[in-house]
Amino acid sequence: MVTPLLPAHMRDVSVTRRGKRLLGPVDLTLGKTGFTILLGPNGAGKTTFLKALHGLERLSTGAVTWAVPDDLARMRQAYVFQSPVMLRRSVRANLGYPLAILGQPKAQVNKAVEAWAARIGLTPALDRPATGLSGGEKQKLALARALIRTPEMLLLDEPCANLDGRSVKDIEALLQSAHQSGTRIVMATHDLGQARRLATEILFLFKGRIHEAGPAPDAFDAPQTPEFKSFLNGDILI
Amino acid sequence: MKSLITALVLALGTTAAQAETMKMAVTTSFNNSGLSDVLLPAIKEDLDLDVQLLIVGTGQALRLGEAGDVDAILVHSKKAEEAFVADGYGTHRREIMYNDFVLIGPNDDPAAIKDAEAAKDALVKIEAAEAPFVSRGDDSGTHKKELSLWAGADLDPATFGEWYKAVGAGMGASLNTAAGMGAYIMSDRASWLNFDNKADLAILFAGDPVLFNQYAYIPVNPEKHAHVNKDAAAQLEDWLVGDRAKDLIDSYTINGEKLFTFNAEQ
Amino acid sequence: MNDIWAGLSSAFWLVVTGDPDLIEITLRSLQVSLTALVIASAIALPFGTWLAIRRFRFRRTAIAVLNSLMGLPPVVVGLIVYLLLSRAGPFGVLGLLFTPTAMIIAQVIIITPLIASITHQAMRDLWAEYHDLLISLNTTPTRRILTLISDGRRALLTAALAGFGRAIGEVGAIMIVGGNIDHATRVLTTAIALETGKGDFALALGLGFVLIALALSVNLIIHALSRTEREGRW
Repeated sequence: MVTPLLPAHMRDVSVTRRGKRLLGPVDLTLGKTGFTILLGPNGAGKTTFLKALHGLERLSTGAVTWAVPDDLARMRQAYVFQSPVMLRRSVRANLGYPLAILGQPKAQVNKAVEAWAARIGLTPALDRPATGLSGGEKQKLALARALIRTPEMLLLDEPCANLDGRSVKDIEALLQSAHQSGTRIVMATHDLGQARRLATEILFLFKGRIHEAGPAPDAFDAPQTPEFKSFLNGDILI
Repeated sequence: MKSLITALVLALGTTAAQAETMKMAVTTSFNNSGLSDVLLPAIKEDLDLDVQLLIVGTGQALRLGEAGDVDAILVHSKKAEEAFVADGYGTHRREIMYNDFVLIGPNDDPAAIKDAEAAKDALVKIEAAEAPFVSRGDDSGTHKKELSLWAGADLDPATFGEWYKAVGAGMGASLNTAAGMGAYIMSDRASWLNFDNKADLAILFAGDPVLFNQYAYIPVNPEKHAHVNKDAAAQLEDWLVGDRAKDLIDSYTINGEKLFTFNAEQ
Repeated sequence: MNDIWAGLSSAFWLVVTGDPDLIEITLRSLQVSLTALVIASAIALPFGTWLAIRRFRFRRTAIAVLNSLMGLPPVVVGLIVYLLLSRAGPFGVLGLLFTPTAMIIAQVIIITPLIASITHQAMRDLWAEYHDLLISLNTTPTRRILTLISDGRRALLTAALAGFGRAIGEVGAIMIVGGNIDHATRVLTTAIALETGKGDFALALGLGFVLIALALSVNLIIHALSRTEREGRW
């Protein structure tokens, strides 16, 4: 029986760079299940929040504790960046990289790679350089690469910014499927419509603090704070 | 990537097995004469010995001998050689052959040394005319000879003006410089005859006995450096004073002119 | 101008008649410089990459030192190696002076900083690109170095070729530590120096043209073998 990764506790977490507080203090517990959407205007600290959670950002105060020791925690998570990072290799090599570095046998890696390539519709492109793909294809590839190790938790930073409708639909379908398979998802987005479509839980971030946290769709229907109300209204928050 | 590595390995190759070898330091004047190209193959034939020549100035040849980096030296600077043996770096010195030095200059001879009666007169004339003169300046046998000639004429190169150019180079390089600036220069006859870039220069003075240039062979002392190939050095010495060497040295000519005279005691 | 024509025709005849001395010294030039390249790359490529990803206190100083080592005068390196390898020196017992091995040692010292510095600059950029992803995937430092070297191989090839160019054209150091011994340590550059010193400019120039052609060919062959110019591939 493998100890699950979650719940995760963020206690007094803050990130300060060059005298400017980017995040915090944040006190929060992430439960075992759910599709959490992180909302907030530009500069609210969504990226910093995700990176702090994942361990890509050094904390100025506080700590993130998981149900497993820290060195194992990151192994069970996967992260999708706003701008997909493609290794300068083929699509196949990119997809298989997370498995190859675990030392899995080639045949096994290939099987997983081909299955996922089919799912995201990139089978014909398998042996082409990944850097030659379109924006939407790259992001789908990044998502498949993140899911290929079946992580317990998936973090995404505005993955659908700059993508066309078709690609957004494909990605949301993949995310829903992952969620239904039990993957815990925390995703930052700008797109309120997307938030409404996907969220089971909302976190509203403004100026580095969490102003609102609650289950969806209730949070949308009954905003508690004036900032969130303004945000839902489409106002520009300063 | 594999084919790249294969190609590299092929290019690197292996070193072939060596016959008996020894290292000898010789002067640039000796090599520039072209005599070594005649002697080495004969040595290989008769002794099955590969003599590896390090062609350096006399000064460096003596240092190489002192350090034990070579097995023997062949130079032409009697005083320095005697000191080398006296200090225990060499076992003994064996005279092999001599050639002569000549004074070379531009065809129009601004210092009029053609009419000089002796070498020292020629040098006095050059100094008086302040004609450009190239000196080896590298502490070699040739350089030391040149300095002794100035001393013989009661002149001190340290007091000379800009016309006296010490280049600090081997015979060939120094001749190049002299040719390039139309200067006077003292060279051994052999190097001059074998030199390809004579430009406007010619031999203007020769024949004075003081211009005599003796070459001697000195094996490096195995008591100071146990690793030297003393057997090969001894074999080479015997060969160099033998009849075949005498033959090859005396009959070596460039454009019909004889360069060296064998004078070893057999 | 005459000299240059004489040089070109000298080069032509040497090559066309398959002059055995030319072949011997050309192969030796390649042997020395390619061996030096392989050894230097084995040191410099991982080191340059490691330097790009590792953060430590004196990092900036280390990078500055590395960059200035590129300016080491080759002839001074030759002199120091000579003094070390001479029988009168600390490593004399190895008997390496005046052998091709000594020449390789000197050239490795000369070109390693160059290759490492170029590698470092290229890998620094690539690391900035891959940084977050590789950390997120929990890669070990060794794995990171291997990934960077693999994906950055085009830049690394350029670094290696720069090193080779510096080695094949070098003359000062290898003249001192090799001694330019005929049939033992004479290579193209030292032969050119010798023939120039003898006043035989035509032959020297001929050898020079052969050297240029050699350097160009090696560049072309290496590029062809690693197929870097093929469309779309790295």
